[in-house]
Amino acid sequence: MEASATGPEVRPGRWRRHRVTIAFLAPAAILLGIWIVYPTIYTIVRSLFDRDGTEFVGLDNYGEIFSTDILVTAIRNNAIWLAVVPALVTAIGLIFGVLIERIRWSLAFRIAVFMPMAISLFAAGVIWRVMDQKDPELGAVNAGIGAVGDAIDPPGALSTAQPSTKDLGGSPERGISVGRPLNAGDVATLGLTAIPPEDVPGDAEQARKPEPVAGGVAGVVWNDFKPGGGKPGVVETQELGLPGVTVELRDQGGEVVSSAETATDGTFRFEDVGDASYTAAVGPATFEEPFSGVDWLGAKLITPAVMIAYIWVWAGFAMVVIGAGLAALPRDVIEAARTDGANERQIFRRVTVPLLRPVLIVVFVTMLINVLKVFDIVFAVAPASVQDDANVIALAMWRTSFGGVNDFGLGSAIAVFLFLLVIPLLLFNIRNFRREA
Amino acid sequence: MEATTADRVPAAQPVRANEREPLSRRLVRQLGKAPLNALLAFIALLWLIPTFGLFLTSLLPADTIGSQGWWTLFSEPSTATFDNYSELLDNDTITSALVTTVFVAIGGTALPIIVGAMAGYAFAWMDFPGRDWLFLGVVGLLVVPLQMALIPMFSFYNSVGIFDTVLALVLFHTAFGLPFAIFLLRNFFIGIPKDILESARIDGASELRIFTRLILPLGLPAIASLAIFQFLWTWNDFLVALTFGRDTQPITVAIFSEFRQFGANIDVIAPAAFLSLVVPLAVFFAFQRYFVQGLLAGSVK
Repeated sequence: MEASATGPEVRPGRWRRHRVTIAFLAPAAILLGIWIVYPTIYTIVRSLFDRDGTEFVGLDNYGEIFSTDILVTAIRNNAIWLAVVPALVTAIGLIFGVLIERIRWSLAFRIAVFMPMAISLFAAGVIWRVMDQKDPELGAVNAGIGAVGDAIDPPGALSTAQPSTKDLGGSPERGISVGRPLNAGDVATLGLTAIPPEDVPGDAEQARKPEPVAGGVAGVVWNDFKPGGGKPGVVETQELGLPGVTVELRDQGGEVVSSAETATDGTFRFEDVGDASYTAAVGPATFEEPFSGVDWLGAKLITPAVMIAYIWVWAGFAMVVIGAGLAALPRDVIEAARTDGANERQIFRRVTVPLLRPVLIVVFVTMLINVLKVFDIVFAVAPASVQDDANVIALAMWRTSFGGVNDFGLGSAIAVFLFLLVIPLLLFNIRNFRREA
Repeated sequence: MEATTADRVPAAQPVRANEREPLSRRLVRQLGKAPLNALLAFIALLWLIPTFGLFLTSLLPADTIGSQGWWTLFSEPSTATFDNYSELLDNDTITSALVTTVFVAIGGTALPIIVGAMAGYAFAWMDFPGRDWLFLGVVGLLVVPLQMALIPMFSFYNSVGIFDTVLALVLFHTAFGLPFAIFLLRNFFIGIPKDILESARIDGASELRIFTRLILPLGLPAIASLAIFQFLWTWNDFLVALTFGRDTQPITVAIFSEFRQFGANIDVIAPAAFLSLVVPLAVFFAFQRYFVQGLLAGSVK
């Protein structure tokens, strides 16, 4: 067969056969020529000219890539992408691939994780833009973080409360305390205001100023507010006690010596306090603000936020490709290792991973190429106001060329820069392909 | 006592599941996997939540959608409504964008397959000088980033007057889909038994006849994988359409136009985004096997 390709004999139908060959190849040749080959040359040449394409500027545009702030940010961000995402996607794919071999519902798992691959990166961006909203009432990510955080460290019951008179000292951060020293037999009045009605516990009753306790300190924590105002610092009718509040008894050094919970009418008491003088304070825990949300879409966290969305999309790809590699591994090698007494971890590190190396490299390199060209998802997740901070090379190329600046010279240079970064990976792919062919 | 002998025999003699193994041991083995199952179930859930969340967001009433998380629908399921979707169907921009998307995806799938199959056949079964090098060149084009063509084609489309048309988008997708199409199909066609082709040629069948009657039907599995891939690629495209479309915009770009006020327009964005991903998801679920095959052919080979 090879001989007939290079053989010297001229067969009668040869010209006719070449004409047929040309007819079969021509449509592809025209399309590839006009849409890929010609533009590639054009863009390279265009990158050496200025904005309008009239003046030859040599490599000035390339110099500009490395001296313009937002472009340097783009390159730096893309470097972070390259360092983090391909390795993470490959690792996640490997872990998922190995783990699902041990469960019965691996197909369902595969579908769940692989599904985002079918969705456009743009739509994936929309999905995560909705997920990542800052307000925990709107963004599911922050709602989740808030729910976990509040379970571990609950927010204060009275996060908005303020002292009702200037006589009280301290602050919500340090706890609100009685301004004067307290001795045995004193009564502490801790009036708070600025409490929204829904924050007042349901079992709250009319507040009551307790009688002094011999040898102890008594007091009341109450909502020092009634319709029409009332007198600050004085317990009046219609003013409710604040039950369930932790009151701390502190010594002169500020150390907490004892703590008590308020009753339904807001009263509390510390028995047998001795001779020293103290202060009583509603502890800072009561005033802790609830979780207000991580600003995922802000300038600082936007790149990690987009990366999470991107990994969510591509993990399935890595899992499926690596899974196929796992399925093709020679079972007898693994069984032999197991018979020799290797444990699962040793088998994974010493047998599975080395055997999978070629597949892992394919996934990793494919992800490098993908990450170099990342565009849609950044465009979709990052609000316009933070796109300078979220910038990556492909996004910078588009924004420079079509996003208002319309500098085709600089835009072409960025495109060529991107192309140059892809070339080593391209050579790697072709070499791989030739080895197989 | 049977259990004790079974204990001595290590897994070297693999025990077939369901066969012979006592129920108690199987139970223990499965229970031992409970943490793993729980972990993986949690991960699967984590992966499903975002898409599900978008769907539920699209069901929130338009007047509270900007102040209500989608999970509130669990406590008040009765407030869920399809009103946003019916509003969407009255929105001309969105409906015409959906039509554009369909045209671009169909054209951008059919054309590269036809052209790619012809070239793939030529590379696989026709002899001509420089064939292998030419093929290598085509494979090399696989990794030319399409960013390289945006600026020249922007000018080109304007000068030939097809800027902002479905044709412009289809041809761009066709060209950039071709290297992979040719690569995949040539590799598949070359595996077709030589005897079949030789005997057809001896019988005097023309190349065109061989191509349409033999190659295309025999190449159907590869063509199907490719079609799914190319369809999803063109349906999901954002960059190309954003560059070459103004009034002719597919759904992704139409959604993007609503982005200026993301929070305020979420009642359009969420259902439109969900509509845009229903079709790819349906394709994915219907043709999973081909999908994975195409993926493997594209990355492992």
